[in-house]
Amino acid sequence: MTTTAPRPTVAKALRGRVIKFAERITTPLVPSDYLQVINPLHSGTGLRGRIVAIQPETRDAATIVIKTGHGWCTHTPGQYVRVGVDVDGVRQWRAYSLTSETGRRDGCIAITVKAIPDGVVSNHLVRRATVGTIVQLDQAAGEFTLGAQPPRKILFLTAGSGVTPVMGMLRNLSDPDVDVVVVHSAPTADDVIFGAELRGLARDGRIRLVEKHTDTDGMLDVAQLENIVDDLAERQTWACGPAGMLDALERRWNADGIAGRLHTERFRPTVVTPGAGGTVTFAKTGTAVDADGAQTLLDAGEAAGVLMPSGCRMGICFGCVAPLRQGAVRDLRTGDITSAADGVLIQTCVSAAAGACEVDL
Amino acid sequence: METLQIVSDPTDPTAHLSDQDIENIGRELDAIRAEVIADRGERDAAYIRKVINGQRKLELGSRAVLLFSLFPPAWIVGTVGLSVSKIIENMEIGHNVLHGQWDWMRDPDIHSTTWEWDSASPSDMWKHSHNELHHTYTNVRGKDNDLGYGIMRVDENQRWTPFYLGQPLWNFLNACIFQYGIAAYDLELGKHFKGRGDKEELRRNGKKVLAKVRRHVTRDYVLHPLLSGPSFVTTLTANLTANLVRNWWTHSVIMCGHFPDGVQTFEKTSIEGETRGQWYLRQMLGSANISGGRLLHFMTGNLSFQIEHHLFPDLPSNRYQEIAPKVQDLFDRYGLTYTTGSMPRQVASAWRKVFRLSLPNDFGRKVFSRAKPATAGARSSVKAA
Repeated sequence: MTTTAPRPTVAKALRGRVIKFAERITTPLVPSDYLQVINPLHSGTGLRGRIVAIQPETRDAATIVIKTGHGWCTHTPGQYVRVGVDVDGVRQWRAYSLTSETGRRDGCIAITVKAIPDGVVSNHLVRRATVGTIVQLDQAAGEFTLGAQPPRKILFLTAGSGVTPVMGMLRNLSDPDVDVVVVHSAPTADDVIFGAELRGLARDGRIRLVEKHTDTDGMLDVAQLENIVDDLAERQTWACGPAGMLDALERRWNADGIAGRLHTERFRPTVVTPGAGGTVTFAKTGTAVDADGAQTLLDAGEAAGVLMPSGCRMGICFGCVAPLRQGAVRDLRTGDITSAADGVLIQTCVSAAAGACEVDL
Repeated sequence: METLQIVSDPTDPTAHLSDQDIENIGRELDAIRAEVIADRGERDAAYIRKVINGQRKLELGSRAVLLFSLFPPAWIVGTVGLSVSKIIENMEIGHNVLHGQWDWMRDPDIHSTTWEWDSASPSDMWKHSHNELHHTYTNVRGKDNDLGYGIMRVDENQRWTPFYLGQPLWNFLNACIFQYGIAAYDLELGKHFKGRGDKEELRRNGKKVLAKVRRHVTRDYVLHPLLSGPSFVTTLTANLTANLVRNWWTHSVIMCGHFPDGVQTFEKTSIEGETRGQWYLRQMLGSANISGGRLLHFMTGNLSFQIEHHLFPDLPSNRYQEIAPKVQDLFDRYGLTYTTGSMPRQVASAWRKVFRLSLPNDFGRKVFSRAKPATAGARSSVKAA
């Protein structure tokens, strides 16, 4: 008698049948539509989480602790997560750096959010969100990580909320032999997110911390950086902060011929002068809107009630890509024109119409 | 500018309005709409989520009770619950979600492009015939097939044929199987019977409808009865009853929307070059409300505010009730009739019309002295300067 492992197949087939049957008795809905009435974090529904704690960090930043639902895979320190939050009843997606330790036993993750002026989601999360709220999640993503083997000498160069992915890395860095320097800029000492924790790490000798309080010290002078960190060229550098700072760093690292040692993460795209707009047609929805050359296809679609996928809204997470079927679009960061062809995907959050165009949404 | 030609009423109810008045009406309605959109938010989102959540719980609960439907009290409770659940699913949820009333929330789970409802007509097909055709060409003869669904004569100016003699029966039968009636109507079966229409399209859409019907019939009349074991037959009758109750109810509500006395119909030519104001005016005169309490409004999916719904088909349904006083005030100020009445009155009025118009106009004049239909040649129209 042969028993060549038919069991998992039988179990699988049985499970498939049960699901099929459940679908038949719940049509036109699906079983998860009913399951989520009972448990919103149940698997089978979209990946979700529940806010379990909101901890103020500074006067305009807070850490949001989220209990993840079934289906959450772990993250790599430094990565971000796309979070869908309902603000005034409207689903808004943003990407935030994960600041928690990986693989927490309570199944929680944490993001740290700084409220930016006119920031719809950041202000909501920092000032108005409440514990118990259900948020939509996506799996963690992003290349801003230390890699499988952290280098021996690291420089973290951050400003403002740029410290958040770095905090995610520091909290997960278990090797005591890694030589870490953190150079962080913030307006005042009180504005330093994770200020107490960073200073604690410095006191314990885990990191060397250089705080730059720009209200009194002025901006970080990238040209004079070696005055602060003398072995700059020997270090792998991870930098996160405003575009101006990152641009200056990239110029300097390029000039020094060590561009390969600099890893950056940007918050917001730098926008070039827009061109003429055009009529944007959303093929699946059958909606057409006139958009000017400065308006992103994402904004245009959302305003017209099209169900637009979205994420970071700054061109990094690729949560918003869609096939461009006709016409051309302009990349608002570079001014580059992309024309429709088979398999051409565009990021709607940084693309504007360059004449009439059609997106497959 | 084209004229709004009202064909149903020889005494033109808009004769006193100038072009300027009509455009002012449009501006005032635009303002009411803008006010709601500016205020739309968390409260509305919480409302629809609560309704969907409640309906699903009611359905689960009712179906659970029906597992024991052999016991008469369980049959009654389960059947009432399932009927109510099916009505809410079709009316306050399905119809309104498919109108895109909740698209602004950007929730893919509650969006007109992703929603499928418990009705024989697949969402895509229904959205085309209802949202695009009926709501655009409301009560325009020859354009709006909702005027009698192609099986009835509900306007004096629709030509009489002997087929219409049977229309009280057609209407009753349609009420019993209303969800299938809608599907047949969305397939434009009538057009195909007359040899017109795209055969390929009919084949494609017909397949979709049949597949959906098969799934629903299997669910209601095979699987849930089977799950009930010894209560097989009683669960089957419970599902049958719930579907019948839902069909009758939705049919009655929808009859009240455009068929009762006082509702106007329009000439095809009147919509050529129609302005925003004229479009609004057509919706105002072509729809009728149902008066009643909160429960009635909820159970009709707020289609008891048919006038408000036709003016603003994509505003959240919970808002119709709130704007109704403003809309009614507008009717009053411009000397227009806000057609409304209790449910029994409006249903009776619609049925009276179905009976009356089953006979030719001149026959009707002899028998029903109150009916004075306009002849085809003597149509009144709103004069435009």
